[in-house]
Amino acid sequence: MRFEGSSGFGGKRSAAILAAVLVLGLAVAGARAESVSGVSDQTADQPAVAIAPAVISSIADTPHDGGTSLDITWQISPTEATNPGTVIEYKIMRADSPAGEFAEVGSVPATTAAFSDGSTLPGRQYWYRVDALSLTASATSEVIGPGVSIMQWYNGRHAVLALVIFICASILIYISVARRRKGKVFVRRIPALDAVDEAIGRATEMGKSVLYIAGGLDIDDPQTVASMNILSRVAEKIATYGTRLLMPCCRAMQMSMARETVKESYMRVGKPDDYKEDDIRYLTDDQFGFVAGVDGIMMRERPAANFYLGAFYAESLIFAETGFSTGAIQIAGTAMIDQLPFFVAACDYTLIGEELYAAGASLSQDPVQLGTIKGQDVAKALFVALIVAGVVLSLAGIETFNNLFLLH
Amino acid sequence: MKRQLPLAIIFVMGVFTLVTNFIPAKPVADVNQMFRNWYLGIITFFTFLGTINLAKVNADRAKERSRDWQYSIILLAALATQLFLGFYKWSPDALREGSPFMYVYFNLQFPLESTMYSLLAFFMTSASFRAFRARNKEALLLLLAAVIVMLGRVPIGSSIWDGFPKVTEWLMTYPNAAAKRGIMIGIDLGLISMALRMILGIERSYMQ
Repeated sequence: MRFEGSSGFGGKRSAAILAAVLVLGLAVAGARAESVSGVSDQTADQPAVAIAPAVISSIADTPHDGGTSLDITWQISPTEATNPGTVIEYKIMRADSPAGEFAEVGSVPATTAAFSDGSTLPGRQYWYRVDALSLTASATSEVIGPGVSIMQWYNGRHAVLALVIFICASILIYISVARRRKGKVFVRRIPALDAVDEAIGRATEMGKSVLYIAGGLDIDDPQTVASMNILSRVAEKIATYGTRLLMPCCRAMQMSMARETVKESYMRVGKPDDYKEDDIRYLTDDQFGFVAGVDGIMMRERPAANFYLGAFYAESLIFAETGFSTGAIQIAGTAMIDQLPFFVAACDYTLIGEELYAAGASLSQDPVQLGTIKGQDVAKALFVALIVAGVVLSLAGIETFNNLFLLH
Repeated sequence: MKRQLPLAIIFVMGVFTLVTNFIPAKPVADVNQMFRNWYLGIITFFTFLGTINLAKVNADRAKERSRDWQYSIILLAALATQLFLGFYKWSPDALREGSPFMYVYFNLQFPLESTMYSLLAFFMTSASFRAFRARNKEALLLLLAAVIVMLGRVPIGSSIWDGFPKVTEWLMTYPNAAAKRGIMIGIDLGLISMALRMILGIERSYMQ
């Protein structure tokens, strides 16, 4: 039996139609190419129409920076003002002396009349000119200078600095209060942390292992550091119960830090001999290679409790759903906002955002550490007050208050 | 001393990094950059450490004939092959397009990664199926919002009712963005709190 290319048409007839369509297509393409080439020739043949140059208004040091930037402003070319669309862009040219060789430091589209040159050295003199360009001509402005960028020691973010001082002060005050009133700091319970004991206990009863993933980023990410703080407490419980901890890592430095942390935990509970270094191992830096490796471990080892604590990207749901299919109790936590819904949907308990950072302190039950969480709540109250004030003033048409918190 | 020295380093580096956010002066920025470069150097060293660890763990598994030891052999063979293809002097270099190293990357590793990523579509469906069960009032609200957003994002939604895209836009711009920003403020405060605990040496579970 032989398959035909299509039903209803004979082979020869199809070929004839195909050839006709091809010829027609080529003819249309040729006509379009001719038309485009005609336009291009027409542009090339256009006579060069002179345009008036831009006029540089000022060259000023960028405020509150390290002396590595100058702000240049100019009045747009009068040709552009009277005939919009003529000028297509402005090129900003710089030299070390008025008669020196000018080199381009940047360009901006037409109608823009300002540029920040972020490649200057503090204390050095620079001269600038702005070239207005149309399709067929260019006009060079007068050379203006010297402009000198000055190094500053403070970036002028008063409101942000005040906020940081307030937050740090409130946390420090609560640390001091907690030190005075030992054991009397109340912080609300976090269900996910209450479930840590249950999860490890379940794994112990079933004679299975506990899987811990500290996220996909290295130890320069605060979420990984927070995860290590939690790992320390979790490993303590695992060591106490005599359960096996499996921890595949996607960063070698993360693995190294995890090994030290877990080893310390085993030593704290007096079981240094139970610590198995090879159970904390490096898989790969590659995101989906790591996913494949971890999923393989889940399917082969069938851990009874899975912890996903740290920074996660697209791998979050793949981990959580694979873990769900193996029937493990799952506790997750991340500060990656876009991944939180996946963990909430697929895991039994989830530490949402700030809870990840508070978990280490909360698990330790150390009054001083808990005091920092209380201080953080005071700062949160301040933020609520600031937001309410900002909304009310903004509705009243007063934007000065909101502008205080602009970073740029 | 074994404890005090690391704590002192953490304190100095923590305070320095905090302060550099408010000091733009070049000498300070240069020192900050120097520390970042050190970190990059250390990271590079750890790449070797990771590779050695991977080889050691899998060589041990193969030697001891642990369960599924055959996979370790495949991994070691793949590691050795890619190392050879990467280090061998190909003309002009191993990372040029069409070189054996890049051939393996584009024709083996890349499709395998895409396959893993594509699993997300199926997992998203199964997770949504569980999440959208209207078991209580909150879950019902979630289900309604999800249905509206899904219909607002596909052409058939506007064919049924042209208000779906507008309601979707409102849900995403106001309630969704407001909730996200609330969580973000909490995250930043939590981060400051944890950073202070570490800078002041209060949180040191990793080194006790």
